[in-house]
Amino acid sequence: MSPRVKPEPVQVVKERRDAALKALVHGVPYIQFLGIEFDRRGDELTAILPFDDKLIGNPLLPAIHGGVTAAFLEVAAIIELSWSLVWDEMESGRLDPRKLDPDHLPRLPKTIDFTVDYLRTGLPRDAYARARVNRSGRRYASVHVEAWQDNRSRLFAQGTGHFLMPERDAAPNG
Amino acid sequence: MDDRKLKAARQFIEAIPHSRALGMVLDRLEDGVAVISMPYDARFVGDPQTGVIHGGAVSALMDTCGGAAVMSHPTGVIGTATIDLRIDYMRPAKPGDRITARAECYHVTRSVAFVRATAHDADGERPVATATGAFTLERAAEGRP
Repeated sequence: MSPRVKPEPVQVVKERRDAALKALVHGVPYIQFLGIEFDRRGDELTAILPFDDKLIGNPLLPAIHGGVTAAFLEVAAIIELSWSLVWDEMESGRLDPRKLDPDHLPRLPKTIDFTVDYLRTGLPRDAYARARVNRSGRRYASVHVEAWQDNRSRLFAQGTGHFLMPERDAAPNG
Repeated sequence: MDDRKLKAARQFIEAIPHSRALGMVLDRLEDGVAVISMPYDARFVGDPQTGVIHGGAVSALMDTCGGAAVMSHPTGVIGTATIDLRIDYMRPAKPGDRITARAECYHVTRSVAFVRATAHDADGERPVATATGAFTLERAAEGRP
């Protein structure tokens, strides 16, 4: 047994984790274009898509564009997977989130395929999504994601994606 | 499809707020086949290190194109919504290139339409992505059970 180490101050832990998440999310222009944000509780992420007129696909209903829904789910899945990869690097101290910026992001997984089921019309309100990494191998990963609006138990869309994992070389920030 | 109908369809699709936000243009529409393209735009980038467009933007293009293909099917379709859509990403689209999707509604039942689609950048030989989807199909009122 190693000698007991004094726990880090909570503020230091929070700042480190929030900085890493911010770097992952804010470094991607398309995520900013759609206005997607992430809420973090420990390592659990919730993707949030605040409603905006430019997200409308059917002006008569009005309803969120199916392509926006697909993009939202894919973003939620890929950030969840990236976050799970960054988490261990960060908590072990191998990666310093303060050195992350759009030019020094960790290598991200690449989407191989993505399937979206449209369960209900996307209403003109904020949408939320949570993803679960069901399998994370050395080369491939499978991620499932669920999205809802007013009620957590009434999903308006769900999706499954397969991803090619980034090659594990030296951390980009040394 | 004659020019007048194509123009009306083009105005319809280009009036969809999100399609307009992505700069989509209807290039062709006839008998269950739609061709829609969108410009390269730095705001749609998914990987800032390479400048490659985000898969989600390609999904949005494929979904719009699939829906348009269903609407143009020559059996009197008055409405459609995506049931599911699967996209396979073959390779990254070349940064700077326009992306063009071609969707074909290859089979319809009374209430479901089946669609396949392909997306290209300037290289028309090697697809960037392919998609298959099922869409709901609403027809003008005719003896529904």
